[in-house]
Amino acid sequence: MAKTLLVLGGGTAGTMAANRLAQELDMDQWRIIVVDHSKIHYYQPGFLFIPFGIYKERDVVKPRRTYFAPGVEFILSEIDVIEPDKKRVRIKADGGRYISYDFLIIATGTSPRPDQTPGLQDERLWYKDAFDFYTLQGAVRLARRLRTWEGGRLVLNIVDMPIKCPVAPLEFIFLADWYLRENGLRDKTELVFVTPLPGAFTKPRAAAILGHMLEERGIHLVTDYYIERVDPERKVIVSYDEREEPFDLLVSIPLNMGSDAIARSGIGNELNYVPTDPRTLRAKDFEDVFVLGDATDVPTSKAGSVAHFMVDSFVPNFLRYIDGLELLPTFDGHANCYIESGFGKGILIDFNYDVEPLPGKFPLPGLGPFSLLQESVINHWGKMLFRTLYWHVLMKGRRLPMPAQMMMAGKWS
Amino acid sequence: MPVRQFGALQLEVDNEGYLVNPKDWTPEVAEAFAKEEGIELTDRHWEVINFVRKYYEERGQSPTIRQITVGAGIPTKELFKLFPGGPAKKVARIAGVPKPAGCI
Ligand SMILES: Cc1cc2nc3c(=O)[nH]c(=O)nc-3n(C[C@H](O)[C@H](O)[C@H](O)COP(=O)(O)OP(=O)(O)OC[C@H]3O[C@@H](n4cnc5c(N)ncnc54)[C@H](O)[C@@H]3O)c2cc1C
Repeated sequence: MAKTLLVLGGGTAGTMAANRLAQELDMDQWRIIVVDHSKIHYYQPGFLFIPFGIYKERDVVKPRRTYFAPGVEFILSEIDVIEPDKKRVRIKADGGRYISYDFLIIATGTSPRPDQTPGLQDERLWYKDAFDFYTLQGAVRLARRLRTWEGGRLVLNIVDMPIKCPVAPLEFIFLADWYLRENGLRDKTELVFVTPLPGAFTKPRAAAILGHMLEERGIHLVTDYYIERVDPERKVIVSYDEREEPFDLLVSIPLNMGSDAIARSGIGNELNYVPTDPRTLRAKDFEDVFVLGDATDVPTSKAGSVAHFMVDSFVPNFLRYIDGLELLPTFDGHANCYIESGFGKGILIDFNYDVEPLPGKFPLPGLGPFSLLQESVINHWGKMLFRTLYWHVLMKGRRLPMPAQMMMAGKWS
Repeated sequence: MPVRQFGALQLEVDNEGYLVNPKDWTPEVAEAFAKEEGIELTDRHWEVINFVRKYYEERGQSPTIRQITVGAGIPTKELFKLFPGGPAKKVARIAGVPKPAGCI
């Protein structure tokens, strides 16, 4: 009888994993089923460019169905409950039914939860003077607001870590600086970056360099700031230790949480992330369950690039596992991020569980080299090019010409 | 690595003043570090410190603010009163566990 591989979530990680395995497995012997509740596949990194009019909505959305390889079955449904002990998942479609599996991949990602910060979604504020850009709708509404911006105090606040794409808030503020200069509004605008971290970024070396870049651009940095609530009446944010930051425009990175389906199933931590072995990506508590992408609790960035490196090390491991071989500890936490720094430039950071972001050049055969941690124009094009790679290479289950483990070649330590 | 004297004990600390080896920790270390932070330890502080030590022993990671408030059942507001400034990193130092990596 055919075996069933069930993939929960058809976003970056789920789509890549399903399509890659559809090429590797004998599809006479296997069924691959993907469940997702949304018809649209969003290119989330593109949301960053929407507020500044660089991308439009149509640049970042595609019908999800068209991205699955032949042989992959897609079910449009909310995932209700995962029952690993019974090796089945209940979905909400068709009045609620069960899908049994032999192997399960959880790739349900993480999403912004503005409802978790009191006052943020107050009707006097939300999508009027307070926005997120981690959703398409937020990014589009913010673009509209920025077109009528005449100056004032623009506060960007990160509610708590971890967030997906931890550098996106910095990129936003760099792009805002550039955009306001281009539009003659920079000297009328105070830019403030308010973070729960002790510096601009966590990893000390990157934090120092990025902190310097904020300073160079006259962007104020407020650290160790843990927001309690938004006061919509007075337009201030208030921290747990009662520090207030007034704003005319608030750009919030709301609390990010894993899927409610994880909470309903009782298999997640306090933020609905599934405890996962950091090297093999198997769920710590369940055999035959793997977790890929933002849904894990592993201590590396939540990012599309990480999802890609995870899938690269997961696929060969999974092929061993179904043949009864043990899993190899091949995932090293590799993350890399292009950081847009405005004025058509960008920087690239590259790190893993053990190695901090280092200055140097990132070798991408045939495409790079991109400078690590130094601004360059080619890094900016790397980021713009990535959208094309995303839709046409990664999501199609094709591979990028680089190994999943971090390469120390080209780095100065 | 710098070395610090706690009564008769000589312990290694890192450049930011965190114990290098969490196993070296004693309640006297907590008292000494708390004093430097200007904190007078009460039973409620000890509840948090013990939670943080246990969390670290079980998972090999220092807890975040949210992991402390959810795990120990302490309201966030109170945690900030107990350990003003940055509660997660302050309590980590006092509890003798590494500075929270901060999620990346
Ligand atoms: C503004 C922004 C900028 C970014 N920039 C970058 C960047 O420059 N570089 C980079 O590498 N990464 C970037 N990222 C991060 C990247 O987009 C994510 O890390 C990546 O998409 C994670 O993939 P995933 O498969 O884990 O989750 P997702 O792609 O989010 O997929 C999860 C899927 O699960 C589905 N799902 C969840 N719960 C349920 C349920 N209960 N029932 C049914 N379906 C469900 C969702 O509909 C979704 O399709 C950025 C993200 C944002 C928001």
